[in-house]
Amino acid sequence: MNPPELLPRPTLRVDTNDSSPRPESAPEDAPIRVCDFSLAYGTFQAIKQVSLTIPAREVTAIIGPSGCGKSTLLRSMNRMNDFVSTVRTEGEILYRNVNIYANDCDPVELRRRVGMVFQRPNPFPKSIFKNVAWGARINGYRGNLNELVEESLQKAALWDEVKDKLHQNALTLSGGQQQRLCIARSIALQPEVLLMDEPCSALDPIATSRIEDLIDQLKSQYTVVLVTHNMQQAARVSDRTVFMLMGELVEVDRTSVIFTKPKEQRTQDYISGRFG
Amino acid sequence: MSSLPLSTAQSQFQPRLAQRRFWGAVFMVICWLLSLVSLAVLVSLLVHVWNEGGSWLSLKLLTNYASVLNPREAGLKSALWGTIWLAVLTAIFSITIGIGAAVYLEEFAARNRFTRFIHLNIANLAGVPSIVYGILGLALFVRWCRYDESVLSGALTLTLLILPVIIIAAREALAAVPSSLRQAALALGATRWQTVWHHVLPAALPGIMTGIILAISRAIGETAPLIMVGAVGYIRSVPESLRSPFTALPIQIFDWTGRPQSEFHHLAAAGILVLLGVLLTMNALAAGIRAWQQRSKVQ
Ligand SMILES: Nc1ncnc2c1ncn2[C@@H]1O[C@H](COP(=O)(O)OP(=O)(O)O)[C@@H](O)[C@H]1O
Ligand SMILES: [Mg+2]
Repeated sequence: MNPPELLPRPTLRVDTNDSSPRPESAPEDAPIRVCDFSLAYGTFQAIKQVSLTIPAREVTAIIGPSGCGKSTLLRSMNRMNDFVSTVRTEGEILYRNVNIYANDCDPVELRRRVGMVFQRPNPFPKSIFKNVAWGARINGYRGNLNELVEESLQKAALWDEVKDKLHQNALTLSGGQQQRLCIARSIALQPEVLLMDEPCSALDPIATSRIEDLIDQLKSQYTVVLVTHNMQQAARVSDRTVFMLMGELVEVDRTSVIFTKPKEQRTQDYISGRFG
Repeated sequence: MSSLPLSTAQSQFQPRLAQRRFWGAVFMVICWLLSLVSLAVLVSLLVHVWNEGGSWLSLKLLTNYASVLNPREAGLKSALWGTIWLAVLTAIFSITIGIGAAVYLEEFAARNRFTRFIHLNIANLAGVPSIVYGILGLALFVRWCRYDESVLSGALTLTLLILPVIIIAAREALAAVPSSLRQAALALGATRWQTVWHHVLPAALPGIMTGIILAISRAIGETAPLIMVGAVGYIRSVPESLRSPFTALPIQIFDWTGRPQSEFHHLAAAGILVLLGVLLTMNALAAGIRAWQQRSKVQ
């Protein structure tokens, strides 16, 4: 495994420790691979030995009943769990073959490349322009900020609605617009992976379908991991679906397979609404 | 109020609306009376002080030095300037140290036994009588640091006095900032420091400001700790440097009330009015800054 050129920072060194198990059929260019990963909050085991490959430029949906560890697994992928002091992890998560839980991995640099969109839209209480430009600015972006903001808002399908009020406070936007602004804010950092934690759960159906369309467009450029409690949504927008139950990964396959002929009985039960 | 049509099914609810409304009204009247009492106390105090000293208010009072012999010509120039020096110096010291400590404790420090111990002690320190801080200031700044009986020693002592209050207020303001704001910034590849500086502190600033203004208002009304560190009642100069001797408004007022001639008592009342004026100016300033902050946030 060679370090990809996209990783010039010495802080993200290639992990040479090959002793841990790796999924065998993993395509080498998969941006994220979860290897035998476990996570505990104190004594509560929230993720149990999960192994999973997230292929590039596809939408991977994570479904499962609430409390099964979807958000925890997602947050593990850009180390947003670091801020919970009781968290203990075991195993590895590889970002481009680098173990992000290794001591010499810098989570600050990781989070620029693996962005996150949260369940509730959380724009900064600043102008729309500053919301998009801030992340780029603090990460030393050297291009033209005006162009970057316009381009990001366009990719997030928000430009036409806000182009005349870029200096208005972002909190004056509707919930759906705020969520697209949060997506634009993440895209502005030119990340490789976008993690989305139930991004539509606080939105109305029209705003939801706009975000779903957007996710569909985003996958041409980005790798998307989408947590959702809504199975129809997973079926509509994802290429692959992961089913989790009580911290365990039960089954992962192409979405069409999961929703038509899953191998596991538990998946079948969940899909057909027998529990959860 | 027209009554709603009764449902035909037998209800298990007994709303007793009249009774509930009656108690609501009683409670409202009690609260109204109680707020009237506190207002009445304040107004009667002001009226009393105004009757005593209102006619003694003049420009001379602000521009003349104190005089032991001639109350008609006596002013509180040194005390007014001493209080201004104290307020500005105390603000500079306590704002930097207080916000720094609060940011560290709330945003960076691990939540372990050691930091819990620190929190507990800060809360305890907020309740220590001010005279004790005066003794500490005397030992620490006047004697040990050899700052002598200077305006610097006074300001540092007042800083110690109000630091716990400022730290507690600032920590509460920081804790009230929703964690979704921090997560938003951190998920964009911000460091903790960038998150705090660009987002958390600005969001907490109005709350922090309120705490600071209240604390400094308390500080400039203090007498006891300043007497301990050597503020003098009779002085005919204004501070020119950090090491100058000083007096302050409450000390001057205290000095005047202790003199036998009744003219000095009127002077003291006028001094109280000046002190209240200074406090009101500070509060107005704070309100202005907050309003300006709010406005720049919305546009
Ligand atoms: N900060 C935390 N501290 C302790 N337990 C937590 C924390 N966050 C989540 N959990 C627990 O971990 C489990 C998985 O949570 P989560 O990942 O949020 O589930 P999901 O997103 O699938 O609904 C739940 O049982 C939850 O109670
Ligand atoms: Mg969740």
